[in-house]
Amino acid sequence: MPTLIKNGRVIDPANKLDGSFDILINDGRIEAVEPKGKISGSKLKGIAEIDAKGCVVSPGFCDMHVHFREPGHEYKETIETGSASASAGGFTTVAVMPNTSPVNDNRSVTELILSQARKTSAINILPIGAISKGLKGETLSDMGELKEAGCIGYSDDGRPVMDSELMRRALEYSRMFDLPCIQHSEMLDLTLGGCMNEGIISTELGLKGMPVEAEDIMVFRDISLLAKTGGRLHVAHISSGGAVDLVRQAKAKGLPVTCEVAPHHFTLTEEACREYDTNSKMSPPLRTHQDIELIKEGLRDGTIDIIATDHAPHDLADKQVEFSKACFGIVGLETALPLTLKLVDEKIITLEKAVDLLTHQPCRLFNLDKGDIGVGKIADIVIFDPQSKYCIEPEKFKSRSKNSPYKGWQVRGQILHTLVAGKTVYSVGNE
Amino acid sequence: MSLSTKNILGAKDLNKQDIQQILDTAESFKEISTRSIKKVPTLRGKTIINLFFEPSTRTRTSFEIAGKRLSADVINISGSTSSTAKGENLIDTARNLEAMNPDILVVRHNCSGASALLTQFIKCPIINAGDGAHEHPSQALLDLLTIRSHKGDLQGLKVAIVGDIRHSRVARSNIKAMQTMGMQVRVVGPPPLIPVELERLGVEVSSDLSKSIKDVDVIMVLRIQHERQNQMFLSSLREYSNYFCLTAEILAQARKDVLIVHPGPVNRGIEISLDVMEGPHSLILNQVTNGVAIRMALFYLLLGENNANPN
Repeated sequence: MPTLIKNGRVIDPANKLDGSFDILINDGRIEAVEPKGKISGSKLKGIAEIDAKGCVVSPGFCDMHVHFREPGHEYKETIETGSASASAGGFTTVAVMPNTSPVNDNRSVTELILSQARKTSAINILPIGAISKGLKGETLSDMGELKEAGCIGYSDDGRPVMDSELMRRALEYSRMFDLPCIQHSEMLDLTLGGCMNEGIISTELGLKGMPVEAEDIMVFRDISLLAKTGGRLHVAHISSGGAVDLVRQAKAKGLPVTCEVAPHHFTLTEEACREYDTNSKMSPPLRTHQDIELIKEGLRDGTIDIIATDHAPHDLADKQVEFSKACFGIVGLETALPLTLKLVDEKIITLEKAVDLLTHQPCRLFNLDKGDIGVGKIADIVIFDPQSKYCIEPEKFKSRSKNSPYKGWQVRGQILHTLVAGKTVYSVGNE
Repeated sequence: MSLSTKNILGAKDLNKQDIQQILDTAESFKEISTRSIKKVPTLRGKTIINLFFEPSTRTRTSFEIAGKRLSADVINISGSTSSTAKGENLIDTARNLEAMNPDILVVRHNCSGASALLTQFIKCPIINAGDGAHEHPSQALLDLLTIRSHKGDLQGLKVAIVGDIRHSRVARSNIKAMQTMGMQVRVVGPPPLIPVELERLGVEVSSDLSKSIKDVDVIMVLRIQHERQNQMFLSSLREYSNYFCLTAEILAQARKDVLIVHPGPVNRGIEISLDVMEGPHSLILNQVTNGVAIRMALFYLLLGENNANPN
């Protein structure tokens, strides 16, 4: 059935559109985008309507960095539960990292993920293939086969590619397929046994630290390789102010590097670890106030290209243990919007830019024909109320895991409806 | 008057009144251990469980004797005999023990924050007997008791803590407790064994042993851990010893009334020379004696004077 979304503020950065528009959806695609009240006549007979008064209507969010744990660790998350979490967070497209069991380093695993997605997911699932076979950092995966099977990028995420020679060849080889290499930047020899940022808090708590230099050095190494290799380097979840600066310098030289930041890296500092809260344990770790300031500067000046959550579900058994034994990571899909809107409140970026970082930019980086609600495009849309206030309650998350440090936070920005190809896949209060 | 905290997780949770009260109480308990019948009925009918996931002789024995001198029933459980060896996790082990109604759980564990984690699940008071490289509060308290009984007052005293500060829970607890009591703390060791940003705690950092001990009232020597040798923190024990062993020659530059403490166990000849260890400045064995009194005081104060049997 055709659907009219009316009275909303449409923000569609791909088409540089921001204003009061109505959107007509037919047959899963955008049929018309017209100024408020201008879609009329015969078109409106017997169609569904969504009143988006006071709300923002934008392309569905795209998260290029999630872990859905299927296959292998379904007790933490499945493609089905992860997708439910995504749609509740306003995401219509996510890229799933390959550190499943078995690893997504060959066609059969990619196909399994896509087949499960067709069966159980209402949103778009895009697999990311491994850079190295088994994520072992020893030999290149068959990047061509992975692309043909449907992968949209390469990463050993969760593990960095430590071997410089291998990283060099990965950047070179991936050029053939025009897909980015996504690096989890961490010199493992500097972080061995570490479980939080190295600094005054790790010193006080007697926990092994992960120095910020471990991130900076690898970002520097990868950028250094780029000049000769070409290829595309995408720095995952940047957390260090120094690394932001390295990316800025590389971009100024015209090198093909991009980067993303996760909301926890601009909303929380190492202070959150003080009570040994394992939901504040992530990799890269929460850094310092100064790093946050430099990340915000990177968002302001465009050094940081996109926001990605690094959604990393872990169940209680993996988190309710001694801090040093707990798994790294937090769930992020259902808190991404309100945390991103904090940047708008603080006047770091505009609301339009916030939407851009979650929609058009990730799609541009990964060459996806998404994140765009121009006429004729597939109707992946999110409608959210940027003002409505609420309290974050992880126990109500759609994700199978509830590992979030944001419990009890008062935030603004609520997802009301998420549509994929014109079909409503999430409506608030209607679950 | 009772303590401001229900658990003894770290020196960081103890305020000046708490520490004073613990030291005063311990002082009054010292005498019990000198009697021919070293037992009072104060905690008769109370159960104390020592749950030790790391090897320990001194600390575990000290807690055990402290409980027994107060007539509590003390049960020792070590990591190797507990169900954690069968895969049961720390929280479940502690919950099962709590189901048997102990009055205090004394926990030693190799992970920093282990005792703090347990307080989320366990109602009975917990004493941290050492968690990873985090804290070992009863050790800091017995050190303070030892120093106080020789110096009279703690306020304004200068201390040098020498050795592997990075991995030392004793150092962390002492830094906090000593600062709370108005003492000035300096740490001395090779830079790889000094944790980052320690200065931000208001601690002076040095790598020069002779210089650092000249003006101090107390030198605390820490055990150097052999196993650190292979972890890039130390070049060799021999070289460590060349620069950081407290010898009679170096001690000659210190104040005449300087006190020397060491939490044990001692590596003779590596961090401290034999003659200094057994010399007139050394209080190493007093510390061990005072440890029992401190732990008696902690048990007594945590279980509450009202709760305890009349003497």
